[in-house]
Amino acid sequence: MSTTEKTADVSGIGPVEGADVYSVDHPAPLIEAPRKRTKKTPKSTRGNFEMAAWLFMRLSGVVLVVLVIGHLLIQLVLDGGVSKIGFAFVAGRWASPFWQVWDLLMLWLAMLHGANGLRTVINDYAERANTRLWLKGLLYTATVFTILLGTLVIFTFDPNIR
Amino acid sequence: MPAGTLYRGREGMWSWVAHRVTGVLIFFFLFVHVLDTALVRVSPEDYDRVVATYKTPIVAVLEYGLVAAILFHALNGLRIIAVDFWSKGPRFQKQMLWSVVGLWVVLMIGAIYPVLGHAARELFGS
Repeated sequence: MSTTEKTADVSGIGPVEGADVYSVDHPAPLIEAPRKRTKKTPKSTRGNFEMAAWLFMRLSGVVLVVLVIGHLLIQLVLDGGVSKIGFAFVAGRWASPFWQVWDLLMLWLAMLHGANGLRTVINDYAERANTRLWLKGLLYTATVFTILLGTLVIFTFDPNIR
Repeated sequence: MPAGTLYRGREGMWSWVAHRVTGVLIFFFLFVHVLDTALVRVSPEDYDRVVATYKTPIVAVLEYGLVAAILFHALNGLRIIAVDFWSKGPRFQKQMLWSVVGLWVVLMIGAIYPVLGHAARELFGS
């Protein structure tokens, strides 16, 4: 072994980025910190989906508190509560783009918030990989169907259907 | 029982359980609710007929339960956000939970008349 070689390959100690393996300041070989990201670290194939989902739950949650409690006040508390609700009441509210956007936003955020919540519940309690696969397949199918149906109803609502 | 389980069986765990249970219940209602609202695209009569079941006394009690689940999930959700993003959140998680429960009780008392009033009038006459 030549005396100029600074990397101690034979002992399994690889080169450290930006530093020599040995130097007068550190006579013991320098090794990489266990979880340090270096040029050789393979790029993660998972991405940051779970972090994005975690953040989405908090952001959508804050918006949903306002949208859903407002919705409950209008539908169940003010102006006679649930007894006033009927086709005419829906037609009156959806005549305004404000309430159309309110309901559309509430539909999308609540469905995605709930679907991600149930995804977490399935991951926690369904122990077999096959069971998780089927339950999540059912969940995603039902979620996509319901979001599309609700969106279609809001956009194509016709007060003069009769 | 492992030592030092301050979390297990205490406020932190039970609020987590209640958050899951209420969340799943609300999500299942949401499916039903989008489907019943979709009847406005079928005909006014079909929509009004289904909405009439929402006005019966038994379903009014279920609506009160739905309001209870939504209010707890909303208030405890804000507590979770405070625990995650406020530097002192984890230290005050118990106090925040009891504030949530207190506010929830007050709101639920306030919701008795608006949500259950029409059912009481129907059952016992006005």
